Amino acid sequence: MADHSHTETLDLRVQFDTAEQQKDCSTLGMWIFLITEVMFFGGMFAAYTIYRQFYPEVFAIASTSLNAKIGAFNTCVLLLSSFTMVMAVRAGQLGKQKAIVGWLILTLIFGGAFLGVKGIEWHEKFVEHHIPGQAEFHLEGLPQSEQGHAQIFFSLYFSMTGLHALHMVVGAGMLIWLLLEARKGTFSAKYYTPIDVGGLYWHFVDIIWIFLFPLLYLIDRHLKV
Amino acid sequence: MQLTAEREHYLNASYGLKSWLLTKDHKRIGLLYLFTITLFFFIGGAFATLIRLELLTPQGDLVSDDVYNRLFTMHAIAMIFFFMIPSIPAVLGNFFLPIMIGARDLAFPRINLLSWYLLVAGGAFALFAMIAGGVDTGWTFYTPYSTTYANGWVIATALGIFIAGFSSILTGLNFIVTVHRMRAPGMTWFRMPLFVWANYATSLIQILGTPVLAVTIVLLFVERVFHLGIFDPARGGDPVLFQHLFWFYSHPAVYIMVLPGMGVISEVISTFSRKPVFGYAFVAFSSVAIAVLGFLVWGHHLFVSTQSAFAGLVFSFLSYFVAIPSAIKVFNWTATLYKGSISFETPMLYAFGFIGLFTIGGLTGLFLAALGIDIHVTDTYFVVAHFHYVMVGGTIMAFLAGMHFWWPKITGRMYPEGWAKLSALIVFVGFNLTFFPQFILGYMGMPRRYHAYPPEFQVLNVLSTAGASVLAIGYLMPMVYFTWSLKYGKVAGANPWGATGLEWKTASPPPVHNFDETPIVTHDAYDYSTVHGEEIQVG
Repeated sequence: MADHSHTETLDLRVQFDTAEQQKDCSTLGMWIFLITEVMFFGGMFAAYTIYRQFYPEVFAIASTSLNAKIGAFNTCVLLLSSFTMVMAVRAGQLGKQKAIVGWLILTLIFGGAFLGVKGIEWHEKFVEHHIPGQAEFHLEGLPQSEQGHAQIFFSLYFSMTGLHALHMVVGAGMLIWLLLEARKGTFSAKYYTPIDVGGLYWHFVDIIWIFLFPLLYLIDRHLKV
Repeated sequence: MQLTAEREHYLNASYGLKSWLLTKDHKRIGLLYLFTITLFFFIGGAFATLIRLELLTPQGDLVSDDVYNRLFTMHAIAMIFFFMIPSIPAVLGNFFLPIMIGARDLAFPRINLLSWYLLVAGGAFALFAMIAGGVDTGWTFYTPYSTTYANGWVIATALGIFIAGFSSILTGLNFIVTVHRMRAPGMTWFRMPLFVWANYATSLIQILGTPVLAVTIVLLFVERVFHLGIFDPARGGDPVLFQHLFWFYSHPAVYIMVLPGMGVISEVISTFSRKPVFGYAFVAFSSVAIAVLGFLVWGHHLFVSTQSAFAGLVFSFLSYFVAIPSAIKVFNWTATLYKGSISFETPMLYAFGFIGLFTIGGLTGLFLAALGIDIHVTDTYFVVAHFHYVMVGGTIMAFLAGMHFWWPKITGRMYPEGWAKLSALIVFVGFNLTFFPQFILGYMGMPRRYHAYPPEFQVLNVLSTAGASVLAIGYLMPMVYFTWSLKYGKVAGANPWGATGLEWKTASPPPVHNFDETPIVTHDAYDYSTVHGEEIQVG
């Protein structure tokens, strides 16, 4: 205790006394960051809740214009990416260098696939004139007086999925950084904290989608079974 | 007194611009923040000067109504987002929170530096917007004006606030992790100085509230750029939703601004009355209570915005409730003074100023929380006076108290006591002369945010403008003598005030890693027996 400062290493930065304390801090820091993310998305979910309460029928009809099958497929892709992320963390715990790289690449591929499919879905919306704020906006099956309300649904759809996609892009950037570090051999069974906390972030983004999918795609599906 | 001139400390450990711009030392980062917020304080002050000059006469003669709208908007944005919110936590908190709990640094020094760069980046956007022509929406950005009709630099300003918000979030995150995981051996939660408690409570608001402001700005952004319709009544969107989201952050933000100040006052009152803070645990928990209750009162900003009478009633009741923890603090500070060995150094003068002015600010807040009175004084100068009493009379007084209190520790030099006492007096007189007339103006019905007013309001407005000039002198004086003291000030010892915190147990200025060896804490906070023991050894 008397020896106040020590030389800095990756797994023991100068401000910490022990490696456990450092890992503990990093993990707690990421959890707190995820709380801020919950509040961040929370504002959007609040807006969604209020407008769905205002216009329940319009939301139900607008929801059916989204392709639930593609949405479900994408949900599976994302869950799969979470699985490969867990495996990357596990490989980190065991200090298996090649396995870390492999699992991270797979995670990146699934994440990219999700974004690709999302892009196709967005493109479809442009083709179908379901873009809010544009003069030619028209949602089939709704009277003219309700078209504005449908625009609100699609504003929320684009804002929420857009914000989610942005988080995916940030996550992909993080994965690429982890990948480069892993190839340099930075991580070992002693020091794999970045993979661990990176995994927490990745799962969080996944969970956001788990909420978005039913709220946006499945509002009125149960009536059609 | 130690006079080893070559002793290495955080200021002389390395030199050059790079050693500052790439520093990971929380003390240096605190000083970087100090320069940044001082710049914004003077920018905001310049806008305030123009506002007060315009209001010297009833006619709108100095600036046009459009320019006036931009002036009060940019005054608020500079002062709130780029001065007040980072002021005490990011400067004094950054510098002292780790030292006060016996840590070598914050848990994430690099994130701490990033926070400063984010504030600078956000500030650059806001500054660009100000220079390019400004924004006229008011700092509240109410829709649909801000999204559809305003022709100023709404996006650049909002983006600046968005980026600065992440600075605030990351500072809060850093503080929370540090307080949880980095305390020195023996530094239990209930031995922590109340300044640390106050900053901890502030950090909770920063991490829970600021993200909601961020998402609100995102919605504002997409609405203004892509016209999505979320706040557009023509398409069934609800502009009042924006107000709810905005105030969900911006009311708690008031407590981000004032809670750390309360922490400073606890330290100062105890030090200069030589007594432990009365009811330590109550004062500590009242900080957390204010943080929590602060999230439940935003609706009192919407009493006249189509909010239901029932919601108004609930928000009114909850707003009254915040008075309880605030009053606990004021009463406990007063009780601390009782039979204390009080001395009247400058920090104590500012602390007395804080208690008096914050009490007036707080009590007039109760007027505004009352549904009936609020409708009478909504959007009048009564509101303006109220929040300036809390923010300027409260936060800035506390910030100056803290700056004087810790200046010897930060720089190793004493400021000139006589000049400092004079400036404290000038600030107090100038402040009251500026803002007290505004209570009367507001009660008489003068609305805020107009550049012209009926002639019968002129006398009080002239008083207010005169007070602002006095206040400006009071604020400029510390700038001058603090700078002077860097070279000519008396050399300060480790503990010039005979205070108890761990920051006074290390040298002034502190070494790079704060302590020569990790302190082991064996006493409660504010235990003056530990100080006297030292004095005997020295003598």
